This record gives sequence, C-alpha cells and structure tokens, in this order.
Amino acid sequence: MEVFFPRTLAELWPLKAANPESAVMAGGTDLLVRLRKTGERPPAIIALERLAELRRMSIEGGGLRIGAAVTIGELAASEIVRDALPALWQAAAALGSPPVRHGATVGGNMCTASPAGDTLPPLYVYGAAVAVAGAAGCRRLPIGDFILGPGRTSLAPGEIVTDIIVPLPTGGAFSAYYKVGKRRAMAIAVASLAVCIVRTADGAAGKVRLAWGSVGPTVISLPAVEAFLAGKRLAPDVLRQAGAMAAAAVLPIDDVRASAGYRRSLAGNLLLKLAALGDDEQEDGR
Amino acid sequence: MIVRFTLNGRDVAIETTADRRVVDLLREDLGLTGAKECCGAGECGACTILVDGESRLSCLLLAAQLEGRDVLTAEGVAAGDRLHVVQQAFVDCGAVQCGFCSPGMVLATLDLLRRNPSPTREEARSALSGNLCRCGNYQKIVDAAVEAARRLNGGAG
Repeated sequence: MEVFFPRTLAELWPLKAANPESAVMAGGTDLLVRLRKTGERPPAIIALERLAELRRMSIEGGGLRIGAAVTIGELAASEIVRDALPALWQAAAALGSPPVRHGATVGGNMCTASPAGDTLPPLYVYGAAVAVAGAAGCRRLPIGDFILGPGRTSLAPGEIVTDIIVPLPTGGAFSAYYKVGKRRAMAIAVASLAVCIVRTADGAAGKVRLAWGSVGPTVISLPAVEAFLAGKRLAPDVLRQAGAMAAAAVLPIDDVRASAGYRRSLAGNLLLKLAALGDDEQEDGR
Repeated sequence: MIVRFTLNGRDVAIETTADRRVVDLLREDLGLTGAKECCGAGECGACTILVDGESRLSCLLLAAQLEGRDVLTAEGVAAGDRLHVVQQAFVDCGAVQCGFCSPGMVLATLDLLRRNPSPTREEARSALSGNLCRCGNYQKIVDAAVEAARRLNGGAG
C-alpha cells in the first residue's frame, strides 16, 4: 500500500482525488490499530503529519485555532491551553499514555468520533467549531453538528478537518474535565464530564455548560440540567438534584468496561465534583 | 521504496514497503530486537523507540514515516560497552526483572528526562504510564528513573 505525505493542502487535494478509497491518517493511533484488527487494507494511506498548515496553533479573534494534526502531546504541553482551556488541557493529559499522545492528534480524536474521545467533552463545553475543507472550499460547523454518531461524522468524501476553533472563555470562568477510567493511564473513559461555568459576582453559577463522555452514542449535552444549575449556588443538594436529572437523561450502554447502570450513576455523581468549586478555584479535575 | 533515516547515529537507507510497520522493519529487516512487540496496539509500550527525541510506538508507525527522521532504539543508548546513566541506574536499582519491558522503559525514561530533568516520583510514574511491566517491578523502575535524574544532575553515583 502506498503512503503519501502531502506537504501542503494544495498537494493534498489531487492526491485525495486520485485515491478516493485511500485512508487519511493523522497520528495513526486509531487507524493503524483498526486496520490491523479488521484486516482492512485501503489501497493507499494519506498521512497528514508533514502538512505544516495543519500543525499550527494560533490565537485568532478571541479563539484558539488548533490545527487538526496538532498532537495531543502538543496540547498537553501548551501553556495557552493549560491557562485558558484547562478542561481541554486536563483531557489531553488524560488521553492514552505519553507515546500515544506523541502520535495522536486533536483532529484524529474528532474524526474517530468515539463517545469516549477525551478531547470531545471539553470541546463541546467551550463551544468549539470544526473547520472542514475540500477541493471545492471550506465550511465551519459546531462540533455538535460535525459528530453524528459513534464513528460517524458529517465529513463528506474528499473533505478533511483542517482546524478546531475553540472560543476562549471569559476571565473568571471555571472549566475542568473529570474522567473515570479503569486505571489512571492508558484507560478509555468509563464516563467523563467536562464543565465550563461562568460565575456571577455573588458566587452563584451564571452560565453553565456540561458535556458527558462515554454515556451515550455521542458526547451528551443536557440543556435542561444546565438551565437548572444556572443562577444557583452549587451546593451539594443542588448538585444531587442535577445529578438525578443527568442520570435519568443519559443513554449509556453495557460494555466490557462497565454496566449501563454504573455509568448512569457516574454521570450524576460526577456533578458532585463541582461542590468543591466554591472552596478551591484551582481544583484540577482529578 | 527506499527509506532514509538516521538510526542510532548512523545513516540508513533501506529498501522496504511504505506500509511496513517500524517494529517489523527494526526487528526483522535490521536485526535490532530491542523494541519488542507485545500488544501490537499501542497499549503496552514494549515497542517504544525515540523519533526525533520523542517516544513513539514502533508498532503504530509505518516505515515511510521515518523518512528523514532521527531514530533511537535501545541498541543505540549505550556508548559502546559503556552503559548510559539511565541504563546503569536501571541495573543499580534492580529495575530489570525479566527484562522484556526494559528497552521501552529506558527509552521512555530518556524522553521523560529530556522534558523534565528533575521529575518527582509521581511525575516519573505518569511519564512511564504507557509502559507495562508484567513482572510488576514498577517501584524499582521509578526508583531508577529518579536515580538517573539525580546522577545526571550531578549527584554522586
């Protein structure tokens, strides 16, 4: 099988057109495992790792633009991500293991579209947009419209993800990523929760964004729970009520890692992590 | 195709197929058996190598990806018969039991110490978390990583 390494998007489009059945590879940490497991053999692989346009990170108009081929390790080592997008930073640091993170990319995590993809819940709560391009042009869509189901995205044949654009939360926002796995490293999330909360002057929750991983076919947002918490102090009894709403609303499955019932409990109880919010602003999500 | 890269300090040009796994290229074609294949799926770290100084899994890399890169395997860590400080620390701390994970552990430790020359035990545990030791010798492996850092920072050893 041939492996192509386009250096520019201009080089990529003709390769895509000439090899319509080819697989696109960012870091290969999902793709190569899948090809080996299934015995699938695409006629060619188009690797994005040397495509400089996809490897940049930059601040643009109040948002962080992250090239699709930026590695998870680069996210975890980025001071901007650590300081401005702590939930994304915590998720990057919790994904796989160091050598996996040195290959795996944010665009790959997006396109694999696993409900357990660690970077996805944070990207939902930050309101990230996905920039998609093809030979004919570009489009930009909210992450919730890009991911359609487990392993399913709205990427058309011939298109790739070029960037993820993450609006930077306003100062004073609290955000975090809480992951429950079988072990602390190299674990696929049994359940996870990303939060982004803007607090009001009196310490109550103002705007609340929540996104759960591994408890449904895609990342789950629950606007009713967000609305319930908005304007309230996040006291344990309030969080328990919100947790009961969340536990009832998520759509988990039984699998080798956990039962649906356990995941339901976790989805609710993870909200209790927020009880510490008033006491310690630096609470780091783990 | 011919892939050209630097392997343990030497220039290599080898005829291979673009999609050959790097672990096979190293072990089967180049006779370097330091990188072990264990899970073949990125879970265990036994096949860890350094590519441009960064730990990567050779079971999840294709030969063509090495073009122009600088590759270090376990075989290239020592200077001739003189063990690297990290290897000597592994020996002195009893960090090698059956030895199967050791090449990956040593390379993962080199990656760690390049990023963080003075890791805490917790940081070392986290940095080595992608490398499994089926003997369960983790305490001594972490001892060795911390000891290697101490020696590299000028501590007696």
